[in-house]
Amino acid sequence: MATQRTRARRASILGIAGAVCAVLLAACGGGSSGGEASSSPSLDPSADLSKQSIVVSNWDAYMDPDVALKFTDTTKANITVAKHATNEEIVGKLTAGGDPGIDVAFVSGQYAQALNEAGLLEPIDPKLVPNLANLYPESKNLAFDPGNKFSVPYAWGTTGICYREDLMASPPTSWNDILNPAPEYEKKTLMLATQPWLNLPAAKALGFSVNTTDAGQLDQIKQQLLKTKPTLLGFDDVTFYERLASGEVVMAVAWDGWCNYAGDPNVKFVVPQEGADLWADTMVVLKSSKNKEAAMAYINFMIGEEMQSWMTNNILYKSPNKAVAEKASAELGADYPNIAMTPADLAKGEGLIDIGEAAKIYQQIATEVQAS
Amino acid sequence: MTSRTSAGVRRHGDGPLLRALASVPALTYLVILMAIPLALVIAYAFLTAGRFGGVQGPVTLDNITRMFQPLYLEILVSSVVNAGIATAFAFLIGFPAALVITRLSPTWQTAALVAVVLPFWTNFLIRTYAWIVLLNREGFLSDGLELVGLGPVEFLYTRQAIILGLTYAYIPLMVLPIYASLQRLDPQLLEAAQNLGAGPWRRFRTVLLPLTLPGIITGCLFVFIPSLGNFVIPELLGGGNSQMIGNLIRDQFLKSRDWPFGSALSLMVLALLVIIVMLQASASRRTRKWGA
Repeated sequence: MATQRTRARRASILGIAGAVCAVLLAACGGGSSGGEASSSPSLDPSADLSKQSIVVSNWDAYMDPDVALKFTDTTKANITVAKHATNEEIVGKLTAGGDPGIDVAFVSGQYAQALNEAGLLEPIDPKLVPNLANLYPESKNLAFDPGNKFSVPYAWGTTGICYREDLMASPPTSWNDILNPAPEYEKKTLMLATQPWLNLPAAKALGFSVNTTDAGQLDQIKQQLLKTKPTLLGFDDVTFYERLASGEVVMAVAWDGWCNYAGDPNVKFVVPQEGADLWADTMVVLKSSKNKEAAMAYINFMIGEEMQSWMTNNILYKSPNKAVAEKASAELGADYPNIAMTPADLAKGEGLIDIGEAAKIYQQIATEVQAS
Repeated sequence: MTSRTSAGVRRHGDGPLLRALASVPALTYLVILMAIPLALVIAYAFLTAGRFGGVQGPVTLDNITRMFQPLYLEILVSSVVNAGIATAFAFLIGFPAALVITRLSPTWQTAALVAVVLPFWTNFLIRTYAWIVLLNREGFLSDGLELVGLGPVEFLYTRQAIILGLTYAYIPLMVLPIYASLQRLDPQLLEAAQNLGAGPWRRFRTVLLPLTLPGIITGCLFVFIPSLGNFVIPELLGGGNSQMIGNLIRDQFLKSRDWPFGSALSLMVLALLVIIVMLQASASRRTRKWGA
């Protein structure tokens, strides 16, 4: 259950949390931030971690609830866990200026890239993160941070179509199957409401990049989405797998792990032939951290076998840790097809990167499509 | 009247210092939670969006002019219409409900009022999720209609679902002020009207309605204002098939990092609400004159 909540919370900001967050963000004032002095004393591999304590901010229920105990047992360092609901929330906190009081933050890759561009991130010291050697090479070469200079992946995945095998004549193979659905499937499809995944099916079907910032391409994407909208039942980031389970919907655009939450063996996942994205949720160390050795040790701990097994078994996302992913593929792959995807398949997806100012255009497209 | 006099007497006895001190909490509250945030919103509306949200120079009118693009005006109009219809339904259900409650024995009145407020004890989000369970095509409502040969029907992800959700969420805020003003109504006035030959409709139109109008207007505002700004119900029950102004503002802050435009939109909603509240104030002044 916790797994369902996790993604639901991060995908869509709802309710009071969202409102409070907006108010707080607005009240906290300017977010124009510059990097701090880039010179940082080199990290000491033999630092006494029992004298260090760190604050980690993560999405709720996205890691082992006993992580604090286990981490302290292993490394002797003290740890406090904070929560954020969305990427935007934590980025707002980290860029608001001053010391955010956070040492390690979980953010999606494209946000890590933006934080690094703002000069807020401490370079990852591979000597202090030996478990990096246990990750798939593909996961260490992601578009937003090739070579893990400032971020380390915690989970990764892609986007595709969840569909009801038993309610469709043939499985979807192309994004066009959901963008221009056969008449019998009209009003029985859902798409994600959050960018860039709202654009993604149209972008890929038209042969564009998922990160496109070209005005002409974005306009073609918008036109396709406006054409698709009347055929959709709606846009849903939150309960689409329940709609699939109940049979109201036969196809839904979805993040790979989420089809599993439907809890129905007839719900299958496919990455359409035109390809999709490659996303990663990463951990970053803040330059303002005063306990960077412990922060690196934490990242090392989180990509280790124990924590990665928890993540992949409970969240049902793919692990970048080779041994863990291979074990999960053998154990869970039959029930949860996304877990069985190979890193080679996954790496066919186009890495999401920060699109900067174009985020406003993306959101405008979302507004126009949803308001039409 | 008596209360006003006694308050006046006490005020004479107190020194001006004490009076100034007494206003400190309220003033602090107003400055910290009203004046400063409002000033920030106004200032932000004329600035440029920062890279990670927040604001930066230069000062610009772009956000204000952008608001008047048809896309955004249409969203505002459809939000006003949705909130207006929800308010009308809340009144049509809430007024008779309040009237019935005032006719109950004191014990049952308390029970009925508790029942009206009871939903507020459950989290708003959970109550909205409950509607998803009821409204979807495989849900109870559609199944029920199917039994009598009218289904299946998809209610979820429609504009009607949004209006239903808004009406449901805020109806207690309509019932309570109307109940309060009905309570204060002297029943002898209705009896007098009846004795003078006024029929039920006439009694309603010329006695009940004008004398409870302040409560009705208050109830309508209590329903209309939160309905207008709501973004959870349009998202969960509307399925992104129609945007409301609350969604639009929320998205500026939490999705497109465009605080200045979000602030400008907030100002537009605020201006609209100020106009409505001013209309309400002048309307209730007029009703007070009738009452006198």
